[in-house]
Amino acid sequence: MFLAIVIAVAVVSSIGAGLAAVLVVSEHFFANYGPCSITINNEREFTANGGKDLLSTLTTEKIFIPSACGGRGTCGLCKLKVLEGAGPLLPTEEPYLEQDERESNVRLACQVKVRNDLRIEIPQELLAVREYTCKCTDITNLTHDMKQFRLELVEPKSIDYIPGQYVQLLTPAYEKSSEEVYRAYSISSDPADKGVIELIIRLVPGGICTTYCFEYLKVGDEVKVNGPYGDFRLSDTYAPVVFIAGGSGMAPIKCMLHHMKNTGNTRKTVYYFGANEPWELCLVDLMRKFEKELPDFRFVPVVCELKDSAVQACEVGLVTEAVSRDLENAEECEAYLCGSPGMIDAAIAVLKELGTADDRIFYDKFE
Amino acid sequence: MNITSQMSHALVVFVSAIFTQNILLSYFLGLCPFIGVSREVKTSFGLGLAVIFVMTSTCLLNWVAYQVVLEPLGLHFFRFIMFIIIIAAFVQFVEMVIERYSPSLYQRLGIFLPLITVNCAILGASLFMVIRDYSFVATVGYGLGSGIGWFLAIMAMAGIRQRLTNERIPRGLQGPGITLIIAGLMALAFIGFTGVLQGN
Repeated sequence: MFLAIVIAVAVVSSIGAGLAAVLVVSEHFFANYGPCSITINNEREFTANGGKDLLSTLTTEKIFIPSACGGRGTCGLCKLKVLEGAGPLLPTEEPYLEQDERESNVRLACQVKVRNDLRIEIPQELLAVREYTCKCTDITNLTHDMKQFRLELVEPKSIDYIPGQYVQLLTPAYEKSSEEVYRAYSISSDPADKGVIELIIRLVPGGICTTYCFEYLKVGDEVKVNGPYGDFRLSDTYAPVVFIAGGSGMAPIKCMLHHMKNTGNTRKTVYYFGANEPWELCLVDLMRKFEKELPDFRFVPVVCELKDSAVQACEVGLVTEAVSRDLENAEECEAYLCGSPGMIDAAIAVLKELGTADDRIFYDKFE
Repeated sequence: MNITSQMSHALVVFVSAIFTQNILLSYFLGLCPFIGVSREVKTSFGLGLAVIFVMTSTCLLNWVAYQVVLEPLGLHFFRFIMFIIIIAAFVQFVEMVIERYSPSLYQRLGIFLPLITVNCAILGASLFMVIRDYSFVATVGYGLGSGIGWFLAIMAMAGIRQRLTNERIPRGLQGPGITLIIAGLMALAFIGFTGVLQGN
């Protein structure tokens, strides 16, 4: 009896083990597609051993595509464009892809197998997100409650970002906060200088991160940021541009203006900068300089009340009033708004009234 | 049995497996993919082909394993575990080979192959072949016939369901409800074949 059980178990186990061995060996032969080269965004190329799915192949290359289900094809998050080499769309991908996505070669990375050379497109922001160690090298007072922080990158030494994107600043635990927090700030510096990022931060009374930046952060301190993130960016059309931003909302706009200057962009551009009081206007000299350097740029500062007529020429009233008074070609413009949710909602309402289409209004709400 | 009578027995088994003893409509095996994947003729065709292929091959493999290993050692009771292991390993292997050498066939069958591992009709066919004590040739006929029978049934169902897509079906019957009723009617129709053959 005992012997029979032992024999039975031994036989079944050995057959199972034999089959498993056959599978392992045949996988080695059949599922080995040799080295395949994967080209990302026509810029970067690496060689990987074929046979696995694209998602895990990218992960071994330290390129992280968001995926909630871990590659089982049930979340539909790991979408990316595979331009060449993916083969036809699989039935497992169909439920997650809209018609326009199918037409532009969007695939699920976890379902596409690497069998041959691939050409893929990954959104730049996913490719570039990482942590940067920086040194704070300069703090400039812009207004009574706004400062500009200049952070020089230490490790890695340079950052690639699209003007309009933001980074997250790590606030370490300090006297007034016992935990580390991240806060998002748009990059305001000239994108030509990849070794430096500047952030414009407005003091939020009681804010953990802003209080730290205003009262504790000193020149020479080490700062950690990660990023870049966000899809607030200038389109590459020729439509006239309207920027509307107040306070620290100037940061991404300033970055975009630097970029327009660097690339010789000739789009007709106007920037309405809203403030309550004249002394809240900042970087006006720089904006006036942009007016000279850019082919067609107008800076329109707007203040609620002009008590002292000696200050710079500005419009008076709410920024939205100034826009509806001043903006003539609203239908053909693209609007880029940045700032507090209240300001943005009001500005969107005015722009729509003036005839700007919904899909031409882009914004970055500071919430 | 001589060769001729073996062949004729196999033929009878083959035809009866398709019609009179259809594994799906007489034994109601493999119902989950039958209901789940029979929405379109195209996908049903792929799954049906895969079932024919896997059912025939695994019946043969399992016959060999049973006659060569389990029977001599008196391990009949292990056939459930044995068969399912062999089916799973075979499907894995075939998937790998097809994927490598025929991407177009893989496109058509590939995703259905793993589904088939858990299709009870496949295991059922192997177990019936043991219970009915088929010879090797009869097993070939039985595996192939059962596969074709299953293929026919799912193709018929898919054809009907495609026609139903534009019909107004009472809400409570939509989906699996109406499908089960159709399957029942189809089974009744297949009973009409009983008596045509006495194949066992």
